[in-house]
This record gives sequence, structure tokens and C-alpha cells, in this order.
Amino acid sequence: MHEMSLTEGILQMLEDQAKAQAFSRVLTIWLEIGELSTVDPDALTFCFEALRSGTLADGARVEIIRLPGQAFCMDCARTVRLAQRYDSCPDCGGDSLQVTGGDEMRVKELEVE
Amino acid sequence: MCTVCGCGSETHSHDHPHDHDHGHGHGHDHDHDHDHDHDHDHGRDLHFGTGPARAHVPGMTQSRLVSIEQDILAHNDALAAENREILRDKGILALNLVSSPGSGKTTLLCRTAGDLKGRFAVSVIEGDQQTSFDADRIRAIGVPALQVNTGKGCHLDAQMVRRAIDKLAPADDSVLFIENVGNLVCPAGFDLGEAAKVVILSVTEGEDKPLKYPDMFAAAKVLLLTKTDLLPHLSFDVERCLGYARKINPALAVMRLSATGGEGLEAWYDWIAERRRQVLAARAAALEAKLDAVRNALNRG
Ligand SMILES: Nc1nc2c(ncn2[C@@H]2O[C@H](COP(=O)(O)OP(=O)(O)O)[C@@H](O)[C@H]2O)c(=O)[nH]1
Ligand SMILES: [Mg+2]
Ligand SMILES: [Zn+2]
Ligand SMILES: [Zn+2]
Repeated sequence: MHEMSLTEGILQMLEDQAKAQAFSRVLTIWLEIGELSTVDPDALTFCFEALRSGTLADGARVEIIRLPGQAFCMDCARTVRLAQRYDSCPDCGGDSLQVTGGDEMRVKELEVE
Repeated sequence: MCTVCGCGSETHSHDHPHDHDHGHGHGHDHDHDHDHDHDHDHGRDLHFGTGPARAHVPGMTQSRLVSIEQDILAHNDALAAENREILRDKGILALNLVSSPGSGKTTLLCRTAGDLKGRFAVSVIEGDQQTSFDADRIRAIGVPALQVNTGKGCHLDAQMVRRAIDKLAPADDSVLFIENVGNLVCPAGFDLGEAAKVVILSVTEGEDKPLKYPDMFAAAKVLLLTKTDLLPHLSFDVERCLGYARKINPALAVMRLSATGGEGLEAWYDWIAERRRQVLAARAAALEAKLDAVRNALNRG
């Protein structure tokens, strides 16, 4: 399951950050998940809640911030909203789109102690 | 250094981390070395358990916010960059083969490695969750292969590949094929340090797979449409499938082939040979620059 391995990556990052930034417990974690990333926010939250026990994020709250899909359209030479990777340009119908945002999978911020 | 967030929220105390009074004396053990916990070696194969290292530290301090701003895959990306550098220095062209289970990765690799091994050195890293059958199939044709069992993991990661490279020790200026775990989702996100991801789609699958797994088709440089020998028996619409794939990734190189029948393999081999030439040319240039530097130093006395 995709979200499982990502969650393991997050927990590893928390461990590394705990050493670097001297904290011992995570109370809240803010994740930025783009609309075009393959991550399903509900599945990620589910996995996090399943894997967090016994780690420094035991009982931590997950807050997911959705970032909108964005692309640069070569045809109309501007940035447009993109709901799905294979959509055409909503303005001109062109297919020469370069994804510029919305594929993020980031740990943004933590509340720690 | 205090890297507290700039969110302006005054309800959180922004203590300097080093001023923290950790009553428990910070004595918890963090001596795991970023390896997965339950690795063990079985002869010539590598086996990985999964699961992050655990820490259990009760704290009684005030809460604060820390800004992280890190990609979830940052750790893997950094290791992959190291792999890429190692491979570049040795002149090794590494190709990461991805597909759904059963699309024909191992069959194609057996055929490809067998056909190319007389032209240049080739070796194979075989990723699978449990068995070592695939590596056995490669070794049977006289090509060095290492099985990497990922256990629960549904993809190879950069760390596993690094250890596999260390163990397999592919020859300088060779071609290294990496067969990923059969899965079109996770392997898209996990960079291994390869020169290119090669996505394999067989004509027995749905034409709309590129749309269902857009990340993989966006991440790949090559699409191999395989099992074309079966086309006469199917209603698979090749042009529609390739249209979807190009819509996701206009730069995708596309080849059609049959690993069992043999048609289309020459174009695939030509593509590999051309990529290998580019890797070797870059290595030769780097070595010449090094040699020049040494000669210059020598001339200066
Ligand atoms: N007809 C036909 N069958 C193939 C071809 N390539 C692979 N297969 C069959 O597809 C099945 C799965 O192949 P395998 O290489 O194990 O797939 P993998 O899971 O992607 O490694 C096997 O039964 C192969 O014989 C091909 O080009 N044509
Ligand atoms: Mg296989
Ligand atoms: Zn997965
Ligand atoms: Zn447009």
C-alpha cells in the first residue's frame, strides 16, 4: 500500500528532525498534499494513525492541507488550474501542459514538545 | 539554531531547542544507522524487512511549532542522488523497469540480457516481495543477478538499490537493469538513481492504464508496449493507448515489441546502446578532465 511506505518515510523524517531540532514528541503534523499527487489524504491519515503508536508521534493529530493542481499552458502561455493530470487546458483546450504545482507531498510544520 | 516557524501564532512558545530542559536527560538511543531494522543477508540475495525505527520518549515540555518544509521523499531522493553519482562515475547505465505484475518484465530482461551480454557487460537487480525466482531465471542465462526481497515493501527504494549495487558490483561501463516490484504506483515516486524509468505495458492490459497511473507514465522516459504477438487475438486499440500515454507525457519514447516472438527488440536494443554511448562519452570526458588536471599539476612541477 502506497500510503504505508509514505507514512514510514514521514515517521523516519520525524525521528531525524527530533534529533536535529531537539524535540521528543509530536503533537500535530501538517502535511501539504497536492491534488495531482497519487496520495489519497484519507488513506494517508488512516495509515498514519495505524503506524504512529509507539513512535514519538504516538497520538499525534494529522492536518492535511490540499494544494491545487496547476500547469503552465504553452499554447496560451499562462498558468492554469488543472484538476487532473490528463486534463486539457481549461482555457484553450490545448494539450501542451507542464505541471507546475499540485504534485507536492511535504511535511510542512510540526507542533512538538 | 532555532528554526521555529514564521506563522506568527503567539499561542505557542518558541523556545530555543537547546535551552530545552529535558528531564529524561536525552538518553534515548538513536544509534540505528538509517538501515531498515530487520535486514539480513541470505547468501547472494538481500532481504529487507520494513518499518521505521521506533523511539519512545515521554516529554514534559511546552509545545512549540517547528517548520519542516521537507518533501516526504527527501531522504530517498538524497540517497538516489548518491547512487546516480556512483553510477555516473563508473559509467554504468542503470534502467529501472516498472510495470504491473505479469506484464513481462522478467521475460523481457532474460531475452534482453541474453541478447546483449555478448556486446557489453550486463547485470540485473531483481526486486520482488518474496521469492528469488526471477533472479534465478536471469542467472540461468549466465548473467549476474541479485535478488532484493522487499518484504512488505511494494517498491524498491534508493537504499536497497545502493546495497544491491555494493553487493553485485556491476562492471564499469556496463548496463544495469533493475526490475522493480510489480506495481505502477509507488515506484513512480521512489527515485533509485537510475538514468531512466522504463514502463512496460502489455497488450493484455487495459488501454487506459496510462490514465489510471498518470504519475508513472509521467515519470518514465520510455514505454515498451509488450506481448504484441498476442494482438491478433485481442481487441486492444494500440493507437488509443499510445494517445493516452502521449497525452500524459509528450516526450515519452515508445516502442512495441514481443519478448517471446522477438519482433521490435532491435529498436529497444538500439535505444539502450545509444543511451550507453551517452553515459560512456560523459565518463570519458570526465576522466579526460581529471587526466588534464593531473598533467597540469605534473607540468607545474
Ligand atoms: N505472448 C507473450 N507472453 C509473454 C511475453 N512476455 C512475457 N510473457 C508472459 O507473461 C507472463 C508474465 O511474465 P513475467 O516476465 O514473469 O512478468 P513480470 O511479472 O512483469 O516479471 C509469463 O507467462 C510470460 O511468459 C510476450 O512478449 N508475449
Ligand atoms: Mg518478474
Ligand atoms: Zn505501494
Ligand atoms: Zn491553454
